[in-house]
Amino acid sequence: MTIIPSIKKDYLIKLAKNGKRVDGRKFDEFRNIEIEVGVVKKAEGSARVKIGNTQVITGIKMDVGEPYPDSPDSGVMSTAAELIPMASPDFEAGPPREDAIELARVVDRGIRESELIEVDKLCIEPGEKVWIVFIDIHILDYDGNLFDAASLASLAALMTAKVPAEQFELGEDYPLPLKEPPISCTSVKFNGVVVMDPSLDEEEIAEARLTVATDKNGDIRAMQKGLNGSFTVEEIKKVIKASTDNGKKIREQLYKSVGK
Amino acid sequence: MKSDIKLFENGKRLDGRRPDELRKIKIEVGVLHRAEGSCYLEWGDNKVLAAVYGPREAVPRHTQNPLRAIVNARYNMAAFSVDDRKRPGPDRRSREISKVISEALEYVILLEKFPRASIDVNIEVLDAEAGTRVAGLTAAAVALVDAGIPMKDIPVGCAAGKIEGKVVLDLGKEEDNYGDADLPIVISPRTNEILLLQMDGHLTPKEFDEALDLAIKGCHEVSKMQKEAIMKKFEKEAQ
Amino acid sequence: MNLEKRTIVIPSQLLGDVKKDKAGSGTFIENGKIYSEVIGVLNRNKEYINVTPLKGRYNPNQNDFVIGIVMEAMQSSWLVDINAAYPALLHVNEVPWDVEFGETEKYLNHGDVVMAKVLSVDQEKKLNITLKDRNLYKVKGGNIIDVEPSKVPRIIGKKGSMISLLKKYTNCRIFVGQNGRIWIDGEDKGIKKVINTIELIQKESLSYGLTNKIENLLKNDAKDVQ
Repeated sequence: MTIIPSIKKDYLIKLAKNGKRVDGRKFDEFRNIEIEVGVVKKAEGSARVKIGNTQVITGIKMDVGEPYPDSPDSGVMSTAAELIPMASPDFEAGPPREDAIELARVVDRGIRESELIEVDKLCIEPGEKVWIVFIDIHILDYDGNLFDAASLASLAALMTAKVPAEQFELGEDYPLPLKEPPISCTSVKFNGVVVMDPSLDEEEIAEARLTVATDKNGDIRAMQKGLNGSFTVEEIKKVIKASTDNGKKIREQLYKSVGK
Repeated sequence: MKSDIKLFENGKRLDGRRPDELRKIKIEVGVLHRAEGSCYLEWGDNKVLAAVYGPREAVPRHTQNPLRAIVNARYNMAAFSVDDRKRPGPDRRSREISKVISEALEYVILLEKFPRASIDVNIEVLDAEAGTRVAGLTAAAVALVDAGIPMKDIPVGCAAGKIEGKVVLDLGKEEDNYGDADLPIVISPRTNEILLLQMDGHLTPKEFDEALDLAIKGCHEVSKMQKEAIMKKFEKEAQ
Repeated sequence: MNLEKRTIVIPSQLLGDVKKDKAGSGTFIENGKIYSEVIGVLNRNKEYINVTPLKGRYNPNQNDFVIGIVMEAMQSSWLVDINAAYPALLHVNEVPWDVEFGETEKYLNHGDVVMAKVLSVDQEKKLNITLKDRNLYKVKGGNIIDVEPSKVPRIIGKKGSMISLLKKYTNCRIFVGQNGRIWIDGEDKGIKKVINTIELIQKESLSYGLTNKIENLLKNDAKDVQ
């Protein structure tokens, strides 16, 4: 396991007391974001996202299957994340640990609760056959803030995905029916300081973490607090505001990269 | 598997290649930030990423060898890398490929220098189109060099096969599905020693000789590309 | 000054013959021929052929000065990460304090940073380090960064020329461990400058005239501040 040297932690805290971060960013500033779509030919949709050095690929695969009994006219979506060993010397091979599961579920909720995928348009035969959308997140390089990188890669992949109707002899391929995407922004708190888009060092000393997903109207669509520290109400409100502001900027970049 | 697809038309294959021609290969070295060595490789429509950590103390303790390092190569296909989504996690095929790749790498790495340690190699197939194991190993070899692991050679892989009675180099997707034989190999290019060899299908001894010969030739072509990619990255630092 | 282009060699590259040359570090012999075993820079020293690796884990040698991070405090010793393939052992007899049995935690704990020296490396690569020397101690304050161990000689420079430059123009205290860890202390601005300059040195480690280039950069920087 990688150990965080105590003097490094002290150094980060000292800088933060003076309003600074190690890489010179402002507290609510994101690192450089790169979005590339269509990177996997075999997938129905795919995207590679880099936030700083953190790198994630999400692939969308679709299949025809049975609907859930309580929603016979709706398509089905399922999200999985793999923290593969290459992404960090601390990731082990094996079944997904809680971090991977939490990551997948938070990204899933952001997409599901915002009704990004119009699942009612993914019905083939009510009660019998619907489209199933598999969102598979592959973490390649872990340098802090997996939540936002994974979420953004998943959005970009979905926004460029095509329903493979031809393959199943159900007509011509068409773009996956989507509404407006929610953008997720993650912050962490250490020693009373809250910073957005944590780098690896900042995440390693984080006491609490807050992810906020906002839509284009500035409304909140999903939230998740993690780790065993706490936030004040004041801090949460500040994070929501900063998440909305950054969400706007990131949304613009996302639209551009998917060709909208 | 038989079908109506004609794999040969006017001496050219489905994708226009000659019988002894490789698909297009692209190799990039040192593409990841955390991994100590890494390589991104495209081979035809295959896209693989290989990363190396180590040498580091082998865990769990009981896997440690007091005389030398062990090699843990893990070959994995991403869920979205194939036509029908693959459930995440190792299946039996992945575990077998991981084993034969580990064994091939153990031959060339100077293991005695690192007793009780492990060298961990992670090969991820992001996009699959026939020949992923040789592509994966070829990328892993480059990642090992990038990580500074001492080796006596840089291993390289390539496959040959038989389609419609003719021995050809580097099978593509349809050729792999509808062809008559597939022979992936890995060699130590300095000595031509065979480090990995698998075969399925039907080959007469004469056809086998021809296929093996062709695969070895293919390996040397790819070996050249590995070395060029490595030199390109490190010579940049010498500017 | 030798202006020959630095020759980079890769594993399995043929370098010489035992009949004429002697196999030095970074090489192996097979059937009377000498080959490189790593990606590195070729250098010939009399009849010895050596390859200096460009990458790779820190390989501990006796008497190396290293910066370690304590992993675990045990009954009469500590386990310390020195960025090698294996953790190192620091025995209570090798520290300047009088430590009672089971009281190790009072002195060094998980996450503490120490300036240490490699005491011994045995055949099974079991490592022992010591704090018993004038310049060795538990570190307080400052920041710590990781660099490629193979770049350490370049960062130190010939007879410490590069590191002296850095100290002079940034007013920082800097200690470079052979194991690729560097400790820096000073004002925030100074620490930042040291980190950026070291990054540049790593990137251009093989180019000639680097020391002069760095000196000019630092000099100009200082002028701008005035």
